[in-house]
Amino acid sequence: MKLVLRDITKRFGTLVANDAISLTVEPGEIHALLGENGAGKSTLMNVLYGLYQADAGEIELDGVVQHFSGPGDAIAAGIGMVHQHFMLIPVFTVAENVMLGNESTGFAGTLDVDEARQRVQKISDQFGFHVNPDALVEDLPVGVQQRVEIIKALSRDAQVLVLDEPTAVLTPQETDELMQIMRELKESGKAIVFITHKLREVREVADKITVIRLGKVVGEADPKASNAELASLMVGRPVELTVHKDPMKPGPDTLDVERLRVIDAAGRVHVDDVSFTIRAGEILAVAGVQGNGQTELTEALLGLQDRVEGSIRLHGEELVGRSVRHILDAGVGFIPEDRQTEGLVGAFTIAENLMLNRSHGEPFVRHGTLQLERLEGFAKEKLEEYDVRAPGITTLAGQLSGGNQQKVVVARELSRDVSLLVAAQPTRGVDVGSIEFIHKQIVAGRDAGMAVLVVSTELDEVVSLADRIMVLYRGRVVGIVPADTPRDVLGLMMTGERPEGAIA
Amino acid sequence: MSTPTSEASIPLHETPLAGVTTVVDKKAAVILSVMTAGLLLVVAFFPQDGDTTFRLAVPSDFAQLPRVTVPSTLTAWVLIIVCLLCAGWSIVLYRRKLQTPLWLMVIYSLGWMIGFLAWAASGGTIPVVGLLSGSLALAVPLVFGALGGVLGERSGVVNIAIDGQLLAGAFAAAMIGSALNSTWAGLVAAMVAGTLVALILGLFAITYLVDQVIVGVVLNVLVIGLTSFMFTQVLAPNAETLNSPPRFTAVVIPVLGDIPLIGPIFFRQSAVVYLLYIAVAVVTWSLYRTRWGLRVRAVGEHPTAADTVGINVIRTRYRTILIAGAVAGMGGAFYTLVSVPQFNREMTGGAGYIALAAVIFGKWDPIRATLAALLFGFASNLQGVLSVIGSPVPSEFMLMLPYVVTIFAVAGLVGRSRPPAADGIPYRKG
Amino acid sequence: MSSAVGTEQHPPTEPDEAPDRNRWRETFREIASGGVTVGFLAVLLAIVVGSVLIAATDEQVRATAGYIGARPGDFFQATWDAVWGAYTALFRGSVYNTNAVSFDQGIRPLTETAKFAAPLIVAGLGVGLAFRAGMFNIGGRGQMLMAGAAAGWVGYQFDLPAVLHLSLALVAAMIAGALWAGIAGLLKARTGAHEVIVTIMLNYVAFYLVFFALSKQSLLQAPNSFNPKSLPVKDSAQLPELLGDQYNLHLGFVIALVAVAFAWWLLERSSLGFRIRAVGLNPEAARAAGINVGRVYVLVMLIAGALVGLAGANQVLGTVTSGITVDLDAGIGFDAITVALLGRSRPLGILAAGILFGAFKAGGFAMQASQDIPVDIVLVVQSLIVLFLAAPPLIRTIFRLPAKEAK
Repeated sequence: MKLVLRDITKRFGTLVANDAISLTVEPGEIHALLGENGAGKSTLMNVLYGLYQADAGEIELDGVVQHFSGPGDAIAAGIGMVHQHFMLIPVFTVAENVMLGNESTGFAGTLDVDEARQRVQKISDQFGFHVNPDALVEDLPVGVQQRVEIIKALSRDAQVLVLDEPTAVLTPQETDELMQIMRELKESGKAIVFITHKLREVREVADKITVIRLGKVVGEADPKASNAELASLMVGRPVELTVHKDPMKPGPDTLDVERLRVIDAAGRVHVDDVSFTIRAGEILAVAGVQGNGQTELTEALLGLQDRVEGSIRLHGEELVGRSVRHILDAGVGFIPEDRQTEGLVGAFTIAENLMLNRSHGEPFVRHGTLQLERLEGFAKEKLEEYDVRAPGITTLAGQLSGGNQQKVVVARELSRDVSLLVAAQPTRGVDVGSIEFIHKQIVAGRDAGMAVLVVSTELDEVVSLADRIMVLYRGRVVGIVPADTPRDVLGLMMTGERPEGAIA
Repeated sequence: MSTPTSEASIPLHETPLAGVTTVVDKKAAVILSVMTAGLLLVVAFFPQDGDTTFRLAVPSDFAQLPRVTVPSTLTAWVLIIVCLLCAGWSIVLYRRKLQTPLWLMVIYSLGWMIGFLAWAASGGTIPVVGLLSGSLALAVPLVFGALGGVLGERSGVVNIAIDGQLLAGAFAAAMIGSALNSTWAGLVAAMVAGTLVALILGLFAITYLVDQVIVGVVLNVLVIGLTSFMFTQVLAPNAETLNSPPRFTAVVIPVLGDIPLIGPIFFRQSAVVYLLYIAVAVVTWSLYRTRWGLRVRAVGEHPTAADTVGINVIRTRYRTILIAGAVAGMGGAFYTLVSVPQFNREMTGGAGYIALAAVIFGKWDPIRATLAALLFGFASNLQGVLSVIGSPVPSEFMLMLPYVVTIFAVAGLVGRSRPPAADGIPYRKG
Repeated sequence: MSSAVGTEQHPPTEPDEAPDRNRWRETFREIASGGVTVGFLAVLLAIVVGSVLIAATDEQVRATAGYIGARPGDFFQATWDAVWGAYTALFRGSVYNTNAVSFDQGIRPLTETAKFAAPLIVAGLGVGLAFRAGMFNIGGRGQMLMAGAAAGWVGYQFDLPAVLHLSLALVAAMIAGALWAGIAGLLKARTGAHEVIVTIMLNYVAFYLVFFALSKQSLLQAPNSFNPKSLPVKDSAQLPELLGDQYNLHLGFVIALVAVAFAWWLLERSSLGFRIRAVGLNPEAARAAGINVGRVYVLVMLIAGALVGLAGANQVLGTVTSGITVDLDAGIGFDAITVALLGRSRPLGILAAGILFGAFKAGGFAMQASQDIPVDIVLVVQSLIVLFLAAPPLIRTIFRLPAKEAK
């Protein structure tokens, strides 16, 4: 089925998310849609999928203009979508998820689960997915959940398949398997739209590349183009793909973690037997696929986890069992992985957010009363220093762009007296300009003698920031290796393989 | 550049965890211990002389079961020892990192309850059949309300307005039932009234995205105001024609009604109670076994996911809460068509809130919520039965019991239960 | 928690909007951002609905409706009379009695409004404060009962100098209210028990506890009495009248104003208030910022309970000093919720909302007395105002106002 998008325009209030975007995807073709976070890729696909209505423009399938009033229409017309955030119901089984919205029923609307089970089995066998129809989705690893999403689309006989940032949550191996699946689907005549911001993947699998920036198509590219070419097309200016930093001058051990074990309320062990040290003036980057214990590790360091065994010592002081406030006051800075839920209070002003973790005493509180004038001066200064683009310090944090929100968080943490900075996914969902800025700040902190723990699922970020790299797999340390370890070795480690001599 | 393909494939059906240990809650052990200590203190400080008789049959029974007479205090002590054993076992299990099993809780509850009854009804006779059938009757509006609550919350709409739906149902049943002199017309009117309250809830909570808890609470006030106003202005001055509805009387089901113990409790009730059995069965079946139920649950768990497969979230939610409103409204009819043959201001006495507690206590499952509502009905009826016998417990404390039990329940037993993921969150597209 | 699907609930919207998780907050914002026009129209619409109810249930209107075809004038005249009569009675009962012989007499309704407003304001502050921490305190009734019983007991039991006695009674009320509300805060902090359920249940428990105490001679019941009622509060513990014997207005209103000032300072200027607001808006971020969320829940409920407790004291020590009864709360515990919602949980807003609802109450009783319209109509109008204000788009649709530009 041939898909043509013609001059699609979509506005949100005053923001133009898609500005007259046109795109043609042939059957048996993998068409990559490349662009930064916030460039408008997902909006475009949600228009195609009927989730949003376009303000202008047309969608054409095999020459017929379509009018989708909802996803139901798009599905019926042969469009399938694998969303970035999976659209699966965790407490349902695979079969129930696949049949939902497309149920076959018996007497009086009774569900025919057997039929759905067979449908799953058939598609699973056809593409070698190995998916158990009766497994609960919440018990499946993300890679398998993604296959369930693909089965969902295929079971509805999708001819155009949209994959929205499908590799964000996969190991390099799973990514390779996905690419193989994409090629098979292409062979079977499907038209595939592959949305991503990862250059490497585009070049590997795409037949055609369309680059989007700020809601507009800025050009088509050849899959043979170099990374630098693609990156500058995507960002609109030449981009430095590496972070410039001086050789480290490590000081004494700042953080000493020993045999750390983190268990959740349901008894699942997320971090097991993790030991490492970070010296002053050193960046230890944690690599690994999302969900391998990184979140729990950083939360345990901050005292946000309830069941922690082992020891965490900062300058020799034991932190396990201490309150979050005590740990923050002891000199730990924290950039949480989800700034909107953990980093900021969206309905607070920038100024209020800048004092969020200092509401107990000087300088912003005296005798239980807020020192608003002092806060105002401080906030104005930091707004300037950290290049936060906002009308003023009373702007609500929730109204800022992702990059500016993250700068507020970074400003708050680095303006305290911090000897250890824990930065979880510091640049997720942030524009390239802000990424560069935040990376510079982190390196500056390290040069000033901070110990830094950076967690990232983007291998590029890990490699460019790290002085040493620790790879986590299923809550355990696979190895701690030098920053110049080859990518393929790191990729292998992320699947749990321990190469020779990888312990540093 | 690209990573080399490893032959070691990822095991497929496991989450990426380092392992699993068991984390056991100590709440069960704590609660059993506290409750045992309470009973022990009461029996120790207020010992009762005399015997307690449990009457298991009613005079009209085909086969007469014998009466059981036991010495009050001795029986209580024996059962306290049973309770102590259960509580002790629960503590041992906790130490060994094992969960307290349900059967232990059931044995404990029975032991505690019978022990308490043996002590509290000393010198008197407990009509077991009357106690249980009365409990069922008192639980009827609670069960209907709880079913309505379960339906709404499973679709993602928190319904605090159950009380308003019960009250509106009671009012409409009294007025229309009287005017048309028909119990069935009254019942239908109650369902319509419950649906109307649900419609307002939907308008504000679904269409206008107002916080559901706030809408629910305010709706209850609105219904109290409306029904009280109309009662004073319309029903009271015309009590003969508008506030004297006919009543559903008890109907004995042949054969089933003659089973000893079971028959008189379950099958010599009014038509509304039989409707209740049907409602519980239908709601449970349709929620778990039909396409409609699958979609309702999907919308309550992950509305965006449901939307992306072409399910109309808004319509599904509206439809569900309207049905839920009709179910809750039926419960309201019980007040004026079965219980008391006239409407009175605020006559539900906050039963809707108890039904809400039953929803949570029952972990959003229709069967368990029904059982929880029955438990509340039992506690209420026990108070009446004991005050007739002349028990040493002040009636105020018996009246308090369901509410205290609810607090214990939400604080202790359901701490880890999981509501539908999107419960209470309005769905907004784009 | 660990499941990737379970945690990723946001729809994949491209514009970087902060999903505001706290729906209550949003509802308040809706009420707030409604603007003057919408606010006015919401009140108007509620009054129109109230008028329809009044007219539809009026004897005269129904009689004339019977022959509306023949003489429609009669019908409209009767409708007008019923509605006009009701609302002028409401005005005369709450602001200024135009039928009075002197100004002193005429202004009396306004002092009645203030008298009714005082407990609504303090209890509204108690509910509103809890709202700001993201907690819904529906336990006003129970807190008032416990506080009223404590204040009343201190009030009749002891013989003390006036100022000391009154202060002691007020403190007793605040402590009782605080402890009763604190149970809900503690349970939420420790076990995650939902405060809506717990506070509602505590209302009933408090009712039966106080009822029990009032029917026991050894506890609160007045000696040689068979009624569930205590002895009257001694003069030394009563809230003094502000404007002399001619009016019923007592010191409770001044206490309410002080409470408003305190609540404003607490929320807007104190560090505890900062933490309360942070927890209410985003508990996860508050926790990650080192704020002890559980402790804030407990503290907020203690303060909220103390404020609601003042409302209980206001009733027992000021408005009805003849002794403790189980209906001493007079529905204020629930009215406080609507007051807090209408006042957007802001102290000054609650002050205004409390005065408005106080006027409704004072006028409602006058309307019942002179026009024979049940005071319950006030409940209807109040709840409708809150509902309409919470949904400005509905008002805009009804009155065909242009839609506001999307935020």
